[in-house]
Amino acid sequence: MAEVPLRVLIVDDEAPARRRLRELLDDCASALPLAVVGEAQNGREAVELLQSIPVDLVLTDIHMPDMDGLELARHVLKVPHTPLVVFTTAFHEHALQAFEVNAVDYLVKPVRVQRLLAALQKVPKLRPLTPEKLSELPQSTRRFLSVTERSRVVLVPVDEVVYLKAELKYITIRTAQREHLLEESLTRLEQEFGSRFVRIHRNCLVSRDHIRGFERRVNDDGDAHWEVLLNGVTETLPVSRRQQFVVREVGRELAA
Amino acid sequence: MLACLPDMRPIIRHNGTEPALPDLRNLGTIVRILLAVTGAALLAAFVREPRWEALPGALVEASAAVAPALLLALALLWACAPWLSRQPYRTGAIAVAGIAFVATLAGHTLAGLIAPRAADSLLRELAFALLAVVGLAAYFRLRARALSPALVEARLQALQARIRPHFLFNSINGVLSLVRSDPRRAEEALLDLADLFRVLMRDNRDLAPLADEVHLCRQYLDLEKLRLGERLVVDWNVKSMPEDALVPPLCLQPLLENAVYHGIEPSPVPATLSVNIFLSRSEVHAILRNPYRDDGGRHHRGNRMAIANIRERLALHFDAEAALESKVTKDSYEVHIRMPYRTAAPSKGGDARAAKAAGNVVDLSAERAKPRARTAMTITGGRSWLKSRSVS
Repeated sequence: MAEVPLRVLIVDDEAPARRRLRELLDDCASALPLAVVGEAQNGREAVELLQSIPVDLVLTDIHMPDMDGLELARHVLKVPHTPLVVFTTAFHEHALQAFEVNAVDYLVKPVRVQRLLAALQKVPKLRPLTPEKLSELPQSTRRFLSVTERSRVVLVPVDEVVYLKAELKYITIRTAQREHLLEESLTRLEQEFGSRFVRIHRNCLVSRDHIRGFERRVNDDGDAHWEVLLNGVTETLPVSRRQQFVVREVGRELAA
Repeated sequence: MLACLPDMRPIIRHNGTEPALPDLRNLGTIVRILLAVTGAALLAAFVREPRWEALPGALVEASAAVAPALLLALALLWACAPWLSRQPYRTGAIAVAGIAFVATLAGHTLAGLIAPRAADSLLRELAFALLAVVGLAAYFRLRARALSPALVEARLQALQARIRPHFLFNSINGVLSLVRSDPRRAEEALLDLADLFRVLMRDNRDLAPLADEVHLCRQYLDLEKLRLGERLVVDWNVKSMPEDALVPPLCLQPLLENAVYHGIEPSPVPATLSVNIFLSRSEVHAILRNPYRDDGGRHHRGNRMAIANIRERLALHFDAEAALESKVTKDSYEVHIRMPYRTAAPSKGGDARAAKAAGNVVDLSAERAKPRARTAMTITGGRSWLKSRSVS
């Protein structure tokens, strides 16, 4: 039975490191059918590539600009044909040692060809990471939120998010351009991004950088409340009574 | 004035048990003496004067009384400093006491011309001078003992030898990637790595010429360029740097390592690291700047440790005459080191240490450093990739 070659994507921000991995994979090719189907310089590029090329295994560095390896592993979960992820890193990371026993592998650079081959041979037995397992990793804040749209993974830079609003099952991500639907919990997002977002309502987080000001509005019944004015979008958002202290707190920052 | 100073010893000396006089031309020493003697005089006046309302006048009078003799003594010590530093400690200490006596006598005579005083006041002034000399000598010996012994040296050595494992393993990985395709470059890179580690691991207690440090920085950056490629742009502006200035070894390289780690590696687009070294009013200035994105406290321990270590070594060598300041702006990080311009004494001087330092000039900077150090470029502020953050 002719084996199907293992399709590998190399992700590293350093060109020499990618070249070295490619050389080593070539060495392994005699022992195990495999094909390097692409190279990416960071997580973001890798996610883009994964949209168009089916990949079985992602070999990714951890420290990279734009999007690091750990964040990549989180977004990879949303790719339809979910590839496995093996991390490569320049030094032992304690956080990852737990993972070694947990079936997901990691390689220490410089990588030995024998070690790489062993990792590759383990791949068919490995199962993709789960969000639960990933949550055991040190929770670094993501730079992107990923949403699935028409079976494609779309990355929304967190910098561009104006507000996040929980609606029924989903969270609406509002950017200056458009809206996206995200399947996550608002409380989790609030914890992850800390002070970047301000909770103005039970169901709404607003990006601090996008707040232009506040306006006092009186509705028909004579009840008064505050509305948040935003940069980049025309709509305004109501501040709930419970969160009214935010108006003073953020207002002071705006004045400063 | 300081520029012509032949004495290049650190104020804290490392030659073991032998006590030594402090560097009497060092600003830090001078300030300490001024403060201590004036303070003692003020304290005496404070104790002697029973009436609160007369206290301000008494204090002014007391400081005015010691000032002429004190300043004269400091000037004489300044003048005799090179000679004093060559004497054994005992002779030196006696000479210092003699200078203090002469200065007190002169001060007394001077004051006598303006306002005649009781005859026995001279005796008391001389006693005061003697007490001041003995007290200060004890203080400086204690200070030297507190700062110089094995403990501090070991700590400094350990910190110097510290290098980010991150850098080592990434560099080795970079070299490995060249072994098959470009063995010659791999060879070159391994030699650079060896040179770098030789310097990192040698005894780095003595001052070394600035040209050596800059050469080391270039070798280090060459290695980083190997793996970072065009992502690392270095803007050298060292045309007017004083190559012979003596600086603490490894006062710049760790800062560049930080700059690469925090400023270049996280940047997805090519980023510029600028190095600006020049001489201004007999002070050596080194300004290193890199783009920097505030990622919420990620500027972590490694950087603070390196900065604290360099600051400590600058203080050990130059006391108050050197300073290290770091400045974070919205999109850049800048470190500014200022130190006195000192050079190795011409070899005729009897100082063995100076001769040793001069030896260093030969064995390290040699044929490679000099010509390369001349390739200077114009300086442009490191523009960064940060602008993309602002949202329309």
